[in-house]
Amino acid sequence: MAGKPQAAAWYQVIVQRHTPPKKLARNCLTAFIGGGALCALAQAALFSLMHFADMAEKDASTVVLTGVIFLTALCTGLGIYDHAGQKLGAGLAVPISGFANSVAASMMEHRSEGYVLGSGCNSFKLAGAVVVFGIISAFGVALILMFLGKI
Amino acid sequence: MQIRQQGRQTWLFDGPLGIIGQAAVAGPREGQGPLAADFDQIFDNLRLKQDSFEKSEQKMGERAARAAIAKAGLTPDEVDVFFAGDLINQITPSGFTARSIGIPFFGLFSACSTATEALSLASLCVASGAARRALALASSHTCTAERQFRYPNEYGSQKPPYSQVTATAAGAALVAAEPAAVKVSAVTVGRVCDERISDPFQMGAAMAPAFADTVQAHFRERGVDVDYYDLVLSGDLGRVGQAIAQDLLQLQGLSLAQEQLADCGLLLYGGDKRVFSGGSGCGCAAAVGFGHIYRRISQGELRRVLLCATGALLSPVANQQKESIPAICHAVALERGE
Repeated sequence: MAGKPQAAAWYQVIVQRHTPPKKLARNCLTAFIGGGALCALAQAALFSLMHFADMAEKDASTVVLTGVIFLTALCTGLGIYDHAGQKLGAGLAVPISGFANSVAASMMEHRSEGYVLGSGCNSFKLAGAVVVFGIISAFGVALILMFLGKI
Repeated sequence: MQIRQQGRQTWLFDGPLGIIGQAAVAGPREGQGPLAADFDQIFDNLRLKQDSFEKSEQKMGERAARAAIAKAGLTPDEVDVFFAGDLINQITPSGFTARSIGIPFFGLFSACSTATEALSLASLCVASGAARRALALASSHTCTAERQFRYPNEYGSQKPPYSQVTATAAGAALVAAEPAAVKVSAVTVGRVCDERISDPFQMGAAMAPAFADTVQAHFRERGVDVDYYDLVLSGDLGRVGQAIAQDLLQLQGLSLAQEQLADCGLLLYGGDKRVFSGGSGCGCAAAVGFGHIYRRISQGELRRVLLCATGALLSPVANQQKESIPAICHAVALERGE
């Protein structure tokens, strides 16, 4: 496939002169702090469940993941998540909350077209790529491990 | 009433071609902006009591159309032709509005330059004698456009600081061959320009060359002095696009003064940081041009304005297929009538 077209050098110079730069360092920092805080909270919840509710790690992590997904969907529905996403960027997109948000947002968006053909058909509009390429790469890794005799 | 072609792209109207009715309506965020007093109606929420945002946009356009006709003291039956467009696939809000008001209809798609495309064609129809009165309408809604051109509204993606936000607004203008406070004196039809910008968040940079091209053509073909217009108003280049456009005009030897240039996407929101580089969308130039600018010309604050709505002719499919973003700009000269 052909690459993206490029503007002529003279025009790129003019465009660059007036385009405010993406605040990469600041975005990385807020993503690290925001995403890190989210993960630390989830980890704290995990430890709490293991210690206070006497749950096995596997069960506790299922509960925590479900909780994060539920809270994300709730915040998406309340119209909070997209504003937080603008501030925290990858910090909210990379953890499982990003996946949950993309599904919830797509379903809300297409609600007016019906439950099945609207919300249902479009729920994995953004997340579908993650699922497909996640499975393909998992298959690739499994294949390598199999040849190495580890499985 | 006479219409004359001058040069290749410019039409001059000799005689009274007045805007006899106009209206601008706006959504909640636009209604909190500095132009609030120029809107006929401001909606306090994005829904307008409809069950989809597409229906909300249609209602908004219809309200603007009906208000413009009513302000001229007319009924829809007395308007002969209707030009309208929006940003949604198959321009359904415009089609549904035409269904409801029953005026013979031409649907337009020219992205965010629809406001001046519609006004140009309405003026042409009246000036040529094809219609007694013609209505122009353009609308956009932030929730319908964002989901079509970008991501779902509630998706938590991070927008870059040079991106723009689609305005929730609509504007309508009714043209007739009679004297009015504001008249249409000339039109310059734009050419599609493409400087190979492909980032869909860089709309200002994609559209600035089209704006410069049309403004150049207009001054060259109409043969007016550089200070003829009080304001050369770009549609929705935003802060970034407007700065680029100024450089382009200077580079091409047209030195408009700083105070002669303004942008609808910036005027609509003032310095609101929540819209990043500025507003965009068909309704942006329509509401600012037919609302705010109309009011300022009719009250004598401005004498002559060149309204240059700019449109980016992209689609998400074309963009994903790695096409660059072609852009267009149509200019309409609005002047104080007799």
